[in-house]
Amino acid sequence: MTAARALPATLAKIGALALFAFAIFGPLTNLALWSVAERWYTPFKLPVTYGLRYWEVVFRPTGDAMASLMTSVWIALLTVAVSLALAIPAGYALARLKLPLRAAIMILFLLPQAFPSVAIYINVAKLFYQIGLTGTVAGVVLVHAAHGLVYSVWIAAAAFAAVDRDLELAARNMGASPLRTFFTITLPLALPGIIASAIFVFLESLDEFTGTFFVGVPQVSTLPLLLYNASMGGNYQIASITALILLVPSVLFMLFVERFLRADVLSKVGH
Amino acid sequence: MPRPSLFGLLLVAPALALVAALFLWPLGYSLMAAFTLNGEFSLAHFRKAFELYSTDIVFTLLIIGLSTLLIALLSIAIAGILTLSETGWLVAVLKQLYRWPLFIPFIVAGQCMRTFLAKNGMMNNTLVSLGVLDPSMTTSFLDWRGIVITFVWKQAPFVILMLAGAMASIDRSTIEAGRNLGASRLRCLIEIVLPQVGQTLLVALVLSFVTMLSVLSVPMMVAGSQPTMLTVDMAFRINAYGDYPTANALGVVSYGITAIVAWVYLRHNLRQHEAQAR
Repeated sequence: MTAARALPATLAKIGALALFAFAIFGPLTNLALWSVAERWYTPFKLPVTYGLRYWEVVFRPTGDAMASLMTSVWIALLTVAVSLALAIPAGYALARLKLPLRAAIMILFLLPQAFPSVAIYINVAKLFYQIGLTGTVAGVVLVHAAHGLVYSVWIAAAAFAAVDRDLELAARNMGASPLRTFFTITLPLALPGIIASAIFVFLESLDEFTGTFFVGVPQVSTLPLLLYNASMGGNYQIASITALILLVPSVLFMLFVERFLRADVLSKVGH
Repeated sequence: MPRPSLFGLLLVAPALALVAALFLWPLGYSLMAAFTLNGEFSLAHFRKAFELYSTDIVFTLLIIGLSTLLIALLSIAIAGILTLSETGWLVAVLKQLYRWPLFIPFIVAGQCMRTFLAKNGMMNNTLVSLGVLDPSMTTSFLDWRGIVITFVWKQAPFVILMLAGAMASIDRSTIEAGRNLGASRLRCLIEIVLPQVGQTLLVALVLSFVTMLSVLSVPMMVAGSQPTMLTVDMAFRINAYGDYPTANALGVVSYGITAIVAWVYLRHNLRQHEAQAR
């Protein structure tokens, strides 16, 4: 290709990339601008006055936002604990032991993710109302754990399946009990995959809106609910700052996801 | 092979119990509530649901169908460029760009778009500043278009990720052969690459379709007015009237839509298996 023909082609590529970058980052930039806009109204294209007043409101130790952040993190940690307590034994059994209807069991864990969730959550809320779990942290944690079970169980099963059986056999041959073999050989080797699943579940819980919307109201207010209420109330600054807080872990995870999930584990997910 | 393990079942039981209590039970309850009136089988709730919300059912199908179509076209184009482009810097930059919305929650995407797509939002402002648009011609995109744009923005990266992964693992020599015979890159993409990754594309699109069908926050935040999506109608029936039967009838409609998509996927899968068996 001659230089005279290459130049327009290169310019077209740069133009298309710029357009694409605007489509990806434009909405995020708009969000970031709102978070530091103290006053912004029509017809001004950019905020009239900038400032960190609303950040101070959000991060005030006694404010709603800090309380929501604490609730969100607390719920996410409890969800991780519940999912791991359920997923480690289940994942091990699915990877190593012979189970009847194994494929059906695997699919069953997927279904809560693959079904239209609103129709399920309204009935969960009704059930929880009868037993006094609506508006409690425990209720929200259970809903989040059920929703995240497909990640925790499938990834844990894949992580256990990727552990070399010969190492376990060697430990057993040297006289280690099955339990000791599990805790000193199998679990440590599967740990990177299990940590990856824990991060997945943590993020899913942190970002979850629909289930909390039906089960958690009115007492449990997480960050996504705060964001929604602020946005619907027209308080775009608070909504944008809350959204930015939720963005940080999501973007970090996007940048590092490949380090957490090794290819040999990934290739076994869902098998 | 060891015998079927009772111990194994014991290990899976707690996790299965959670799914049974928080998924199977509510699912059964929603079917029962939708199909019974005073303890007897009845379609009355469906009649009411269709009377009130038939527009929204069609609207939901059109929105998600259009979003899926646009996601498919965009993903094929971008994954195709990532695989076939000979311009190294273009591929490198594109690879870094497209993934950003991947793990961004729907509710955050909704808030972004609520400001970006507004009449006085950044999209219109930028178009006006560049002279593409006259200030008097700007309109708010916060209606069905907003929902479609948000869905495509949020879900396309996921489909691109899966599709580009599948394209990277196909045999390069088939592409080289096509190129050497003088086929254009577009033709290589359509006739050589796409047929080999069709399965992955279908799986990714089915997953996206079902995900979009479940989203409540985006239609509530991006388009407040009528017509709207089924998820919003269900929440409204519950929160405003405590009307579980009609909400559950709408829920069953959304199961039905999911079932159709699952059927399309399974049928395609079956045909693939038959073709391989032959």
